[in-house]
Amino acid sequence: MRLVAALLSVCALVHIAPARAAGDPQRGKELFQTGCASCHGLDAQGIAGRAPGLHDAGAAAADFYLRTGRMPLDSPRSQPERSEPAYPSDQINDLVAYIGSLGGPPVPALDPAQGSVGDGERLFAANCAQCHQIVGRGGAMPGASIPTLLHATPTQIAEAVRIGPYVMPRFGPEQISDRDLASIARYVAYAKHPRDEGGWGMFDIGPVPEGMVTWFVGALALVLLIRVLGKRAGE
Amino acid sequence: MIRWLVAAILLLFGRGRPEPPPKPGLPPRPTHPRAELLVLALLALVPGAVVVFAVVYFTSANTQLLGLTLGGAFAFAAAASALAANRILPQDTHVEERPELDHPVEQAEVEELVAEAGEGVTRKRLLVLAAGGAGSALAGALVLPALSCGPDATKILSESPWRRGLRLVDEHGDPIVAHAIELGGTITGFAEGADKERLASSVVVVHVRPDELDLPPERAGWAPEGFAAYSKICTHAGCAVSEFRYPLYDPTSPKPALVCPCHYSTFDVSTGGHRIFGPAGRALPQLPLEIDGDGHLVAAGDFSGRVGPSWWGVRKS
Amino acid sequence: MGGAEELIRKAVRALDERLGSAPLLKKTLRYVFPDHWSFMLGEIALYCFVFLVASGIYLTFFFKPSLQHVIYHGTYAPLRGTEMTKAYESTLQISFSVKAGLLIRQAHHWAANVFVAAIVLHLMRIFFTGAFRKPRDINMWVGLTMLGLAIFEGYAGYSLADDLLSGMGLAIGYSVLVSIPVAGAWLAALAWGGPFPGGEVFIGRLYIVHVLIVPLAIATLLAIHLAIIVRQKHTDFRGPGRTERNVVGTPLWPSYAFRSLGLMLGVAAVLFLLGGLFQINPVWLWGPYRPDLATNGAQPDWYIGWLIGALRLMPPLEIHVFGYTLVPNPFFGGALFPLVVFGFLYAWPAIERRKTGDRLRHELLDRPRDNPWRTAVGAAFFTWVWLVFVAGSLDQAVVHLQLSYVQQIWIFRIAVIVLPVIVFFVTRAICRDLQRSDLHPLDRRPKRVRRGPSGGFETIED
Repeated sequence: MRLVAALLSVCALVHIAPARAAGDPQRGKELFQTGCASCHGLDAQGIAGRAPGLHDAGAAAADFYLRTGRMPLDSPRSQPERSEPAYPSDQINDLVAYIGSLGGPPVPALDPAQGSVGDGERLFAANCAQCHQIVGRGGAMPGASIPTLLHATPTQIAEAVRIGPYVMPRFGPEQISDRDLASIARYVAYAKHPRDEGGWGMFDIGPVPEGMVTWFVGALALVLLIRVLGKRAGE
Repeated sequence: MIRWLVAAILLLFGRGRPEPPPKPGLPPRPTHPRAELLVLALLALVPGAVVVFAVVYFTSANTQLLGLTLGGAFAFAAAASALAANRILPQDTHVEERPELDHPVEQAEVEELVAEAGEGVTRKRLLVLAAGGAGSALAGALVLPALSCGPDATKILSESPWRRGLRLVDEHGDPIVAHAIELGGTITGFAEGADKERLASSVVVVHVRPDELDLPPERAGWAPEGFAAYSKICTHAGCAVSEFRYPLYDPTSPKPALVCPCHYSTFDVSTGGHRIFGPAGRALPQLPLEIDGDGHLVAAGDFSGRVGPSWWGVRKS
Repeated sequence: MGGAEELIRKAVRALDERLGSAPLLKKTLRYVFPDHWSFMLGEIALYCFVFLVASGIYLTFFFKPSLQHVIYHGTYAPLRGTEMTKAYESTLQISFSVKAGLLIRQAHHWAANVFVAAIVLHLMRIFFTGAFRKPRDINMWVGLTMLGLAIFEGYAGYSLADDLLSGMGLAIGYSVLVSIPVAGAWLAALAWGGPFPGGEVFIGRLYIVHVLIVPLAIATLLAIHLAIIVRQKHTDFRGPGRTERNVVGTPLWPSYAFRSLGLMLGVAAVLFLLGGLFQINPVWLWGPYRPDLATNGAQPDWYIGWLIGALRLMPPLEIHVFGYTLVPNPFFGGALFPLVVFGFLYAWPAIERRKTGDRLRHELLDRPRDNPWRTAVGAAFFTWVWLVFVAGSLDQAVVHLQLSYVQQIWIFRIAVIVLPVIVFFVTRAICRDLQRSDLHPLDRRPKRVRRGPSGGFETIED
C-alpha cells in the first residue's frame, strides 16, 4: 500500500511541472487583499473606472498578468507592460489559485511540438504580424505600444491569444485551435533566433538599421578612404 | 632550373633597372623602396585572399566567409593602389588653362546663320507658328495610342464582387461561422468565389458588443449581433488595415478601432469606420452583414463607399 | 623594364596609325584634376553604379520575373507549404541555394543604398561650395535627374522580390499614383496594366524598367555628366596659384588614375564586405506579399524614408470639387513634397542668381562660410527634409523608448516648421562669425611671435 502511495506521489510530482505546483487559494486571497484589492476590490468585484472584476477572468489571466509582471499596475490608466514579476513564483501560484477559484479558463497546457513551424508562420502572418511585427519584434499603434514577443513563453502566448489582454483582440478555439496555438508558439520560438544567413541581423527589424549601416559604416568607410586618397605625399 | 629560380627571385626582390638620368633642370626624383615593398606585399595578398575565397566557394559557400575573403582581396588591391598613388608615383602639380567658353563672335555668327533660312520668306512668324502647331499635333497623335495600354480605369477601381447573399469565406475558402469569432475578436474575410488578391475582395470582420455600436441610421442593421465588417484596404494608401484594437476593460483603455500599420490611420469601428487619427482622408467603407440560417456571415449588399485609396471618382461621403 | 616600354610604344603607334589617337591620348593623360578629397564623392557614386550593373547582371541569371503562384518546397522550413510567386521563390533560391548568391544579392542591395548616399553627399558638396553656378548649372540638373532615377530604380529593384515589405510599399506607390489629380486612376491602371496588385504584365514591366530602361537612362546621363565636366574642367577651391582661368592639380597619368583605381577597388571591397557580413532585406523573414496581409514596423529603404515621413506627418487633408475628390491625401506627402524638394534644387541656381545678381562664370569654389545666405538656406532646407525623414520611423521610438506615437507626430508637425527657421538663423550667424574672425573655430590657439637676430619675425608654436 505504501509502495502504491509512494508510486502515485512520484507520478503526481512528475506530472505537475515545478512552476505550476498547485497554489494555496487561501494564501492567494490574503496576497490579493494586500496587493490588488485597492483597484480590483476586496472581493475581486472590480472598482468602476479603476479596474475590472476578476470573477470568471480565470487562472489563465492571472497567470499571464502576474508572471509577465504586467500586474500590479502603477496607475489604472497606464498600459500594462512586461517587467520583472512583483511576486516570487510560489506567491504567483497562490494568487493564480485564488483567481482560478473565482471561475474562468485554467492555465493552458501547450505543447509546441504538436504544431508545425510552417503553419505557425502562416497563422502568425495572418493574425499577429500586423501588430507584433512579422518576427515578433513589437510595434506601434495610436494609444498603445505593442510588445515584442522575444520573452514570451508558449504558455504566455496561449494565454494572451485566448484572453486578449489590454487592447489585443481575442481568439477562441473555434478560430485558432489548440494545435494552431502550438504552431504559433513554435514559430515565435523560431523568430527569437531567426535564420540570419546574411550576416549580422541587426535585430531583424528591417530597413531602419540597414539605413544606419549604409551611412555610418558604408558611407563613412568610403569617405575615410577618399580622405586618404585625396592627399598627396607631403600634405 | 636553378638559373630560372634565381632569375625569379631577382625579379621579385631585385633593385630593378637604374633610374634614367633626371630631366635637365629638374631635381632628381625621390625613391620610396620601402613603400614599393609594402605595395608588393599587398599585391601578393590579393591572390592569397582569392584562393581562400575559391576554397570557401567550393566547400561551405558560407556567405560571411565569402564576403570577408572577396572583400578582403579587393581591400588589399585598393590599399596597394592607394599606396602607389600617394607614395610611389610622381607627385607632380600640373597647371592647365581653362577653356574659353564664351565666344561672342561665333555666337553672333550662329545667330546670323540660323536667320539666313528666313531670307526671302515673307510670312516667317506665321509659318513658324503653323509648324509649331502641326508638330504638337503630331506629337499628340503619337501619344494617343498609349491610351490603349490603359484599361478603363474608372471601371477597374469601382469594381466590387459583393452583393446581397454572398458568403464571407476565410483564407482557406471555408465560410466564416459568426460565433467562432469571440467578443473582441477579428478575422479576415473574402468574397466567396472572387479573386482574393483584388482590393475589394478582402474585409476585416470585428465582433463588438451591440451596445458599443453607434452606426448612422441608414446602416442600422449592418452589424447584426455586433459583427461589423469593413474593407481591409486602407482608404489612405492601400495597406491592409489589420490592427484591431479592442479593450479588455473600457474605462482605462483606448476605444475599439481598426488601425493601419503603414501610416497609422485609425478608424472607429463603432460609428461606421470614421477616421479618428492619421492621414486617411475618408472613412473606411463598411460592408453590411447578415447571419444566415447556418450561422455563416453573408453580405447584405455592397460597400458603403469605394474601396481603397481615394481617386477622382471617389465622392465625398 | 625594357619589355614594357617596347609594348607601350607598339600600342601607341598601332592605335595612332589607325585612329589618329595620339593627340587625344596626350590631352587625356595630361588632364589635370584639382586636389581635394571632397571632389571624389561623385566617383564613389560612379563606382557604385558600375558595381550595381555588374552584380545586377549576375542576378538576372537567376531571378524569375513572374507572378505565377507556386507552393514552396525548398530549404527554408517556416515557408514550406506556403503559396508564393515565382519571383519571390527565385529570390529565396538565390539566397539559399545558389553559391555566393546571397553575397551578390546583398552586395547589390548595399550598393544601391550606398549609391544614393554618395549622390546625396556629392550633392551637398556641390551645393555648399557653390559649384552649381554658371557654367555648371546644367550639370547640376543632369545630376539631380540621376538622383531621382537612382531613387526610383532602387524602389523598383527591391519591389521585384514580391515580399511582404516591398509589396506593401508597392501598394503605397500605387496609391500615390492614383492620387494624382484627375489623371491618377488612369495612370495607375496604365502602369499596372490593370487593377492592383497586377499580374504577369506588371512584373514584366517593372523588370524591364529596372534592368534595362532606367540603367540605360542613368548611363546616358552619366556620360553627359562626365562629358560636361571634361569640357568645362573641374572647379577648385581658392589657393596659391589658383585663378578663375587655370586648373592646378594632379595629372590623370599616373597619379590620378591610380587613385581612382584605388577608389574603385575600395568601393568593391566595402560593398562585398557589407554584402557578406551585414544582412540586408532578409525576404525569407518577411514572407510573400498578399494585399490582405501587413506587418507592423514596415519601412521602405532609407532613400524613400522622406516620403513615408511625409505621408505619416501630413494631416488628413483632401480637396473636393463638386463632390469629387480632386486631391486625395497621399498626393501631398507622396507627390507634392518630393516635387517641391526637387523643384527647389533644380531652381536653386536661378534663385541664387536672382538674389545675388551674380551672372558671372565661376570656377573657384566658396567655402560654406564665404556665402552665409546660401549656406543658411541650404542648412535649413536639408534640416527640413531630414526632419520629415526621421518622422517616418517614429514607430520604432514607440517600441524602444515607450513614447506615445500620437504625441511624437504632433511634436514633429511643429518641429518641421520651427526648426528649419532656427537653423537658418543660427547657421547664418555662425558663417558670418567665421568670416569675421577667419579662423577655424577649433584653431583659436594664441600665437606668440618672436623677433629673430636678423630682424625677421617668427611664430612660436606651442
